[in-house]
Amino acid sequence: MLAESLALTAALFVIGVIGVLIHRNAIIIFMCVELMLTAVNLTFVAFSRFYGTAGQVFVVFVMTVSAAEAAVGLAIIIAIFRHRQTIDLKDINLLKG
Amino acid sequence: MASFLDSIGYNLWVLPALLAIPLVGAVIVLMLPVREPAATAAGVETPAARQVALWLFVLEFVVSIGLWWSFNPADTGWQAPIDIGWIPTWGVRFTLGVDGIALMMVLLTTFIMPLSVLGSWTTIRTKVRSYYALLLILTTGMLGVFLARDLFLFYVMWEVMLVPMYFIIGVWGGERRIYASLKFFIYTMLPSLLMLVAIIYLGLHMKGADGTPDFSYDRLLTGAVGMPERTALWLFAAFFLAFAVKVPIFPFHTWLPDAHVEAPTAGSVILAGIMLKMGTFGFLRFALPLFPGAAMNPTIRMIILILALIGIIYGALVAMVQPDFKKLVAYSSVSHLGFVMLGIFALTLQSVQGALMVMINHGISTGALFLLVGIMYERRHSRLIDSYGGIARVAPMFAAILTFVSLSSIGLPGTNGFVGEFLVLIGSFRTYPVLTIIATTGVIFAAVYLLWAIQRILFNPLDKAENEHLTDLNKRELAMLVPLVAAIIWLGVYPAPVLRRMEGSAQLLVNRVERAGSLPRVSEAGR
Amino acid sequence: MLLQTAVSAASQAHPLSGTIAEWVWLLPILPLAGFVINGLLSLAGAHFGPTDPTAAEHEHHSEGAADASAISHAGHGADGDDQHAVKRHRWAGVVSVVGPGVLILSFLLALGIWQAMASAQPAAPFIQRYFSWMPVGDLHIDAAFQLDQLSMLMILVITGVGALIHVFSVGYMRDDPGYPRYFSYLNLFVFFMLVLVLGANYPVLFVGWEGVGLCSYLLIGFWFNDKANADAGKKAFIVNRIGDFGLLVAMFMLFANIGVLDFIGVSAKALDLGAGSALVTTICLFMFLGCTGKSAQIPLYIWLPDAMAGPTPVSALIHAATMVTAGVYLIARSSFLFSLSPVASLTVAVVGAVTAIFAATIGLKQWDIKKVLAYSTISQLGYMFVGVGVGAYVSGMFHLVTHAFFKALLFLGSGSVIHAMHAAYHRTHSNEDAQDMRNMGGLRRYLPVTCVLMWIATLAISGIPPLSGFMSKDEILGSVFARAQGSTLASATWLGIPGSTLLYIIYAIGLAAAFLTAVYMTRMMLYTFHGPARTGTEEEEALHEAPWIMTGPLVVLGILTVFGGWLNLPEVITGIIPLGPRELLAHWLDPVVGDATTRIAAGAAQVPASTEQALIGAAVVIAVAGIVFAMTRLKPDRLPRKRDAVPEHGFEGVVAHKYYVDEGIERTIVEPTYAVSRSFLWRVIDNGLIDGFFVNGSAALARGLGWVGSRLQTGNVGIYAWVLVVGVLVMLGAFTLR
Repeated sequence: MLAESLALTAALFVIGVIGVLIHRNAIIIFMCVELMLTAVNLTFVAFSRFYGTAGQVFVVFVMTVSAAEAAVGLAIIIAIFRHRQTIDLKDINLLKG
Repeated sequence: MASFLDSIGYNLWVLPALLAIPLVGAVIVLMLPVREPAATAAGVETPAARQVALWLFVLEFVVSIGLWWSFNPADTGWQAPIDIGWIPTWGVRFTLGVDGIALMMVLLTTFIMPLSVLGSWTTIRTKVRSYYALLLILTTGMLGVFLARDLFLFYVMWEVMLVPMYFIIGVWGGERRIYASLKFFIYTMLPSLLMLVAIIYLGLHMKGADGTPDFSYDRLLTGAVGMPERTALWLFAAFFLAFAVKVPIFPFHTWLPDAHVEAPTAGSVILAGIMLKMGTFGFLRFALPLFPGAAMNPTIRMIILILALIGIIYGALVAMVQPDFKKLVAYSSVSHLGFVMLGIFALTLQSVQGALMVMINHGISTGALFLLVGIMYERRHSRLIDSYGGIARVAPMFAAILTFVSLSSIGLPGTNGFVGEFLVLIGSFRTYPVLTIIATTGVIFAAVYLLWAIQRILFNPLDKAENEHLTDLNKRELAMLVPLVAAIIWLGVYPAPVLRRMEGSAQLLVNRVERAGSLPRVSEAGR
Repeated sequence: MLLQTAVSAASQAHPLSGTIAEWVWLLPILPLAGFVINGLLSLAGAHFGPTDPTAAEHEHHSEGAADASAISHAGHGADGDDQHAVKRHRWAGVVSVVGPGVLILSFLLALGIWQAMASAQPAAPFIQRYFSWMPVGDLHIDAAFQLDQLSMLMILVITGVGALIHVFSVGYMRDDPGYPRYFSYLNLFVFFMLVLVLGANYPVLFVGWEGVGLCSYLLIGFWFNDKANADAGKKAFIVNRIGDFGLLVAMFMLFANIGVLDFIGVSAKALDLGAGSALVTTICLFMFLGCTGKSAQIPLYIWLPDAMAGPTPVSALIHAATMVTAGVYLIARSSFLFSLSPVASLTVAVVGAVTAIFAATIGLKQWDIKKVLAYSTISQLGYMFVGVGVGAYVSGMFHLVTHAFFKALLFLGSGSVIHAMHAAYHRTHSNEDAQDMRNMGGLRRYLPVTCVLMWIATLAISGIPPLSGFMSKDEILGSVFARAQGSTLASATWLGIPGSTLLYIIYAIGLAAAFLTAVYMTRMMLYTFHGPARTGTEEEEALHEAPWIMTGPLVVLGILTVFGGWLNLPEVITGIIPLGPRELLAHWLDPVVGDATTRIAAGAAQVPASTEQALIGAAVVIAVAGIVFAMTRLKPDRLPRKRDAVPEHGFEGVVAHKYYVDEGIERTIVEPTYAVSRSFLWRVIDNGLIDGFFVNGSAALARGLGWVGSRLQTGNVGIYAWVLVVGVLVMLGAFTLR
């Protein structure tokens, strides 16, 4: 039971990672990050089934943080779009050394 | 006077009050209304800020002056002490106290500050509130350094002092202000961090009763930290670097001309008048008494003395060829502070007392010189000596005061400059006669560079059309210079009260360092 | 008031306590008050600047040039105009009363104190402690005055001659726009000079010592609008500072070795230094370095000729009568030290003798009337040093006093000549040099009083009996001769030369210098007052004798010049002609310098009266020969005017250029110092090595490392993510495969 759950979450996580790596659109990357977080949440839930409820508590934390992150992150993306008319990562390189 | 001060419990509250007044004042100044109706007419944003700041500094001076009478010269311990817990887990305490050395430095600071506000009166026209707030915070930092009896508190104050000055130079400075302020900051910050390491080492090795670190200066003095000679040497080196840059000792001086030249008038006055003394004060308070073995090591002592000597002569020679009057005064500081270092490390009562006098005198005379340069700059927007010439004819009051202040800087007997230099040299001669004779030639060079400069500014033909418009001092400028002139005469003619107040602490220092320096360290002998 | 309250216990029992001598502090305070009043008056006309200096500048620009010229020429306190501008200061009347007034009061007080002293005949100095100046541990320096016969003598000279010169100045400077400033400096000078001679210890003396140097600086550069004047003032100050360095070191050595600096203490402990020891010699030589600076002896004499840039009464007061004699005073004051060191004493005498003849030769070829007098002063100071050097402290001081009389007279007389020449050239708007003797000639017709008085002074300085200069100069030469046999000096050696030989050489040099003195002084008088007038016909109408306020002091000085010798008539003269009481000054000064004189002269053989008379005869013959030589060889009628003059060639040219000493110093010391400081110390060491290499170099290093790091930052988040994932995988792999 645990093994299957972990396989599913690992698959989800890897999909998220690949999404982050290959996409250049900030929104899609953002959604992939959310996917990775969801995979982690699932892992927590799966483990809590066998090792107590601490995992579920963490899920609540993660959801809270990811909600905050979504709010801030999306706001930044919108601000960038308004400013530069693009959300392509290739064009957003202000931190270039 | 003393009984009146007792009746108001002066000694119980004066030191915290001295630190608190400027801090609270800074908040008040920042809360002043942004724009006033009168502002546009005067051409200065929020002119109320400068008035509030001035009165705060006057209040600060009035509060501090009581120390003059309440201070008991016979008592070599801490006076008006304060001891409050601060950060218990680290063993940091908020301990303050004043001795003869700190007393004069505190009075010098509170004396110079109102004058530097007057010196900024019309030159600072933008971000006025922030400027005066920074000056006030700076004052807290400087007084804290002089008063702290806890190494951690001392370090905090040491850095508190740095930041406002960084902004004062960087925001209100001259053309190369960014370069100068950054250089000043990094130059002084870097060795300060080394000193912090040394302070932490000392704190961790001097455990309190409950095992927490202890940064108490008084305990440290009693030799609470036993350390091998090599460790003491490294710790001394860390302190030495931090202070040497601040003094500045040759060859750590190159931040000084840039910072002094680019800073606004008040910045230069405070830098030269007070902040340079932090270095020499640090030697007297920390580097020497805490590590007498290292400081009195003959090789190290000789190296430092020779650096001081180089500073005296090199500073004078380089000052001589400066085309920029402000830079000339800046380099002359290197020369004067060389005398202080000579006096401190020659370590006789006369030389240390002389070094303290030079510190005070340099604050007054060089402060006055920077104010005078500021006055010139405000009128003609040039600091170059060659832009002037013959202006004694159009500005006789200015000329009289500039000549007088220069003479005091040269060390003419009857002015304060002589008392300090004479005591340093006569004291140093007892321990290092040859070095002292070489140092004495510095008095010749001082005359060369300053007289040459004032000749080219005040005398010679009035041959530049712009200078014919030059206006003499106004009443505000006269009001800020007259106290300095009075101090120059007073300290030159009757310095005995000042010397008497410092003598106990100076004697204690000399005894302590000599005794400990001549013996192997107690703890080491026990090993 | 602190003054007067603290009177030391010792002085309680002193014969002078309770007398007018208690008021000795008032002597310098009076001129100081004069300085303050005149100084404030000179600033009284200054305008305060506008409240906001920056704003004011714009206003001025808009108001235009008319306003600017009004400000710069408004006169008032804003002075410094050259001496051509005739613009009387509005407070001139007050200044004319206050300036000389304080000096006259001081002189009257000095007379009173002298009276008290003469009747009390104190054997010990009268010390007045006022307050503790620099008390640090075992160093006790008090603000204290010491009144003894030596300082009394100096006080009388300073206030007496000073008062005369102040009065003269009223006439000479009244029309100068800087009149109050002039008197404030002059009063300040007298203040410092009195502090110098009254100080009871070396540091207080040093206050006066440097203070008079300051006033000299201010007064030489009085007309500061001319760069040459400002340069001369600065040169005087700096050269004096070199000397002051020596005096400082001497003080340090005294304190380090015997722990005291007051005259009484040092004289009591001087023997602890060891008679004839290297230590006491070193101390004396450093002290003498100070004297060479202040008293313009080789090698530090170079400032005095330039100092003639100041107003002429200043030259009379500071650079002839008082300040430059401070070195002589210092040696007489420190006789307890110098008498312990025959080597140092001989050095003083040798330097004095060499200076005397060296300056006299330069004086032969000068054209500026004041420059002649300046070199003459240097030469005469050399005589004084010969006197105090051979331990004849009384003779040295005697010459100091008589020199103050006749040289002040000569300078003031030349001032009167220059005043007349100036007025003449001013009237015709001519730019001719009013001080060059080639432009003068025949002035006796217009300035008869001045001419007669200056002739008296010339005869005195040349050594014609019975004028004062003859008496004092002859005493010095006589002492040198007397000490050449049997004294401690004669038995010492100096750089391998036996002292006895050296003293005979010094004596010979002294005679030769006396001859040259007679020659150059006669030359000056001939060219100035005799022969045809070279001023120009139009100017001649404007030439006139100075007003009574200027000639009055001259007459008084003339009387003193004639009768000054009566102060110390030598036995050899009173033995032949009973002119009056003999050796008054020697008796007067005996409590101060008597012991030291005895110590040096100990064992000196008594010179037979016949030899002594022969020596005097020889000296007089030499002086007369000098005058006759000059009168016969010089032809004032053939002298061209300055603008037609051809420069001298050969050795004459070298002498006229003062042996190129100034140029040499400029080339070998001044210029290299500036060059090294500017191009090496500042540019290379400071800007290049320390700031460029170390400071900015380390900054550049940090920046370079940062640049390398920054290349890794592409700013592309995708790449960062790849790096991150790869990193995670590598680490996971590493952990798994381990």
